[in-house]
Amino acid sequence: MPVLARWIEAAGIPTVVVTMMPAVAEERRAPRIVGVEFPYGHSFGMPHDKTMQRRVLDLALRVLAGAASSGTRVDFDVEWPVPLREAYKSWQPKVPSPIVRKLLEARSAERS
Amino acid sequence: MIVDSYRFLPRSFRPFYEGRGPFPGEESPVWAPFEKRLSASRIALLTSAGVYMKESQPTFDLEREDANPEWGDPTWRVIPATARPEDFAFAHLHINPEDMLADPEIALPMRGLAELIDEAVVGGSVADHVAVMGYQDRGLEDWRRTTAPEIVAHLREQGADALILAPA
Repeated sequence: MPVLARWIEAAGIPTVVVTMMPAVAEERRAPRIVGVEFPYGHSFGMPHDKTMQRRVLDLALRVLAGAASSGTRVDFDVEWPVPLREAYKSWQPKVPSPIVRKLLEARSAERS
Repeated sequence: MIVDSYRFLPRSFRPFYEGRGPFPGEESPVWAPFEKRLSASRIALLTSAGVYMKESQPTFDLEREDANPEWGDPTWRVIPATARPEDFAFAHLHINPEDMLADPEIALPMRGLAELIDEAVVGGSVADHVAVMGYQDRGLEDWRRTTAPEIVAHLREQGADALILAPA
């Protein structure tokens, strides 16, 4: 996604990436980054929490329109309101993704 | 406050992301200045949550990904700004879609953007936002050659002044 942002930006359209992995977006040289410490699939916050969603969108627009140079990163200072263990479990798919399945199979083959 | 970029990532996945640096050929900064007032700008949204319109669009190709885990569908969908939450389906094998189905605004905040337009904070929205399927770092060539230029052409045709991308 950061690299897609780069290509679109290079074509002349300003971009901002709202991401739970802002350190990775920085490494990949995304031009404008908003970091959120939220579980995957929740870039703009909790379902039905309009206030939280609005605050993330406001910050994204502020960084989009106001950043002065490439590589600008601003993190959203709100803690995820669900206990970590529960949130960590609930974002993940019920069935492991194909790549996770492949990694798990490779690991168990190494062990046996 | 500095966000912990790996807080919700399984520990064994961290080495796939941390300290990898830029992709080859993508080291230098890119920059398109945001020149207009926000209140005079037309904004587009892009999500990588694998959203599609369940009545009128095909899903993303999850079967091929299932057979070949190194592959991800590089196609994209247009999501009309007028779509209702019940029009959406989600195709993504890497996340649990329950919360996004309950409230798609957490991935694609179209109603939130519409409110900001009503308040004259933002000038307008494109008619058609963009959806792709995430977890795609492994097949970048298709993206560079086809997907990205198509999305750029779409954004230009829509008169987008800027884009908010939200990886799922």
